[in-house]
Amino acid sequence: MRTLVAFVTALVLAGPAAAACPTLAGMEGKVMCPTCKTTLDQSDAPVARQIKAFIERRAEACVSEEQIKDELVAQFGPAVLAAPPREGFHWLAWLLPLGGLLAGAVVVSVLVWRWSRKRPAPPSAPDSNGRPALDPEAERRLDRELARFDG
Amino acid sequence: MTGRVKLTAQVLSVALVAGLFALLVWKLAVQDEGAARKLGRGEIVEAPAFRLDRLDAPGKVSLATYRGRPVVLNFWGSWCDPCKAEAPVLEATWKRYRDRGLVVLGVDFHDVKSAARDFARDNDMSYPIAYDGPGATLSDYGVTAAPETFFVGPDGKLVCERIQGGLHLDRNRGRFEECVQELLTA
Repeated sequence: MRTLVAFVTALVLAGPAAAACPTLAGMEGKVMCPTCKTTLDQSDAPVARQIKAFIERRAEACVSEEQIKDELVAQFGPAVLAAPPREGFHWLAWLLPLGGLLAGAVVVSVLVWRWSRKRPAPPSAPDSNGRPALDPEAERRLDRELARFDG
Repeated sequence: MTGRVKLTAQVLSVALVAGLFALLVWKLAVQDEGAARKLGRGEIVEAPAFRLDRLDAPGKVSLATYRGRPVVLNFWGSWCDPCKAEAPVLEATWKRYRDRGLVVLGVDFHDVKSAARDFARDNDMSYPIAYDGPGATLSDYGVTAAPETFFVGPDGKLVCERIQGGLHLDRNRGRFEECVQELLTA
């Protein structure tokens, strides 16, 4: 019974640690190849292969993903990360697209609202012959023309 | 929307587009023009300054440290096969002319530091090496691939021409020797 408890305890403690070990497959899409400017999973350039080997070595040593990223940034700069870190100036890269999207939504909403307010003028009431009545100015002009014709 | 607001919005939109276009033109025309292109046009070009970590020793190294001495500046990476092939040429040049004041300075770029150190050790590179992992110096010099070699005169100006490709190659070997001699007499 004591052995079983010890075994279960060891499993419980070891479980999260084992799960925390990163893998190359899990990181390939998050790290850039510095020469080809694509993520590692899309590159077979020599330097990309070298970075993959570095990640594999560090992952085998069960170094955390954040630590591996920090080590890569220390060597290649922040551009080696596919997504900018959520800190300081880098927040702009996350917030600007969101701001642009919101601004676009506001502009579209205002335009739709304005267009919906511009309803076409209701047609004038039909005349006794069923056709739309002329506006007064046109009617006066027609009368003048007919009078000249008759005269 | 009143006429004035509409006009202001239109002016702002046009100004924004014009500004972005001007930025694009400036980037293409000015920022991306490295020293190599100016050198190719026959202009007298100051070698762009840099201060980088040393790969082969603790501390920093800067080009200004070697002001007054002729410098062969070689950009390389451990992932580059021609860099391996040309390493003996650079090492031999360094050993042959260092008594005359010549410095061979390597700039290792876009490289995993441990792999670069292994490369330098395996290829017996005893000359000073700067480490430029992010490639910060590349656009200043106009480096497009590895290896590339520049020649910096004692006055800090670039001399001769930029040599692209391995120095061990027949097409580059003779030109490299000529440039080294030009550098020593500069």
